[in-house]
Amino acid sequence: MNTADQYLKAIYLAQRIDDGPASTGTLADLLEVSPASVNEMIGKLEERGLVEHEKYKGASLTDEGLERAHDALQTYCIIERFLANVLEVEEFREEAHALEAVIDDTVAERLDTIIDRPEECPDCFDPEADCCKYLEVSTQAD
Amino acid sequence: MSLGQRVSSDHQLARLLQIGVVLEEVVESRAAHHLESLPADEREAIDDEVRALLAEAAEESAEHRERLETLVDDLNAETVAYEEINALVDAQYGPPEDTDGVLYDQLCNEETAYKFYDDLIEAVEASDAEFAIDRDRLLETLYDIREEEREGVEEVTEIMERRA
Repeated sequence: MNTADQYLKAIYLAQRIDDGPASTGTLADLLEVSPASVNEMIGKLEERGLVEHEKYKGASLTDEGLERAHDALQTYCIIERFLANVLEVEEFREEAHALEAVIDDTVAERLDTIIDRPEECPDCFDPEADCCKYLEVSTQAD
Repeated sequence: MSLGQRVSSDHQLARLLQIGVVLEEVVESRAAHHLESLPADEREAIDDEVRALLAEAAEESAEHRERLETLVDDLNAETVAYEEINALVDAQYGPPEDTDGVLYDQLCNEETAYKFYDDLIEAVEASDAEFAIDRDRLLETLYDIREEEREGVEEVTEIMERRA
């Protein structure tokens, strides 16, 4: 997943957390980058028509941005589910964050052929819990 | 969240290689499922060329898997057994309708594997981390496998073009 898609996914989640436009602070926390980096990338995404930015309020996804954010979150859900249910990784959230930049969408699609994912994905993703609300996590050690 | 595309630790490298093993297992399992799942008339219609392609793909995946498993083992990690992945493929499997569907799936398999190794090589090359396994040996293995996946893509494409 490329950097732009990681940002779009974060904006989508931040909009749900903030219940409105995504603030720079929430995005910086989610992405673990500096507020300056967030503002720079928001500017680029705005130029590409994926995000609308309102001063002092924050960033909102355009329809096109929302579609891409959905796909990116779905890819992320596949990675989390794969780690949690197939490789039985306890720290699947942290590892999914670390791996998402290296796992391409096409690879995630193949992994998707062996996992069981709800049809409503990614709407069932819980931003507070940082995983799908239906995800059953194995208690077995990594 | 790490926004960089690089492998920074043995743990992360082992995880990515484990994913590579699973991808190979999926290819191997789906190739076997395809032949079994086609309706009798379609199965008979599969010519020797396609049959040989699937057999070769399964064999090659098994060989790639073994090479990756050796690396994972040297990183003191474990891989998921083929039987487990085969059972998961079985549970979620939706058979292609005909031979063209089989070939298309095979093309996706080869292209995905190529992309995976290409990204992994790039992420290893971008990293200056010291791994518990020799970096040259790791990269040589990944270059070899990537090359075979590239040949695989070409081979399936040629067969598809001939049949079109």
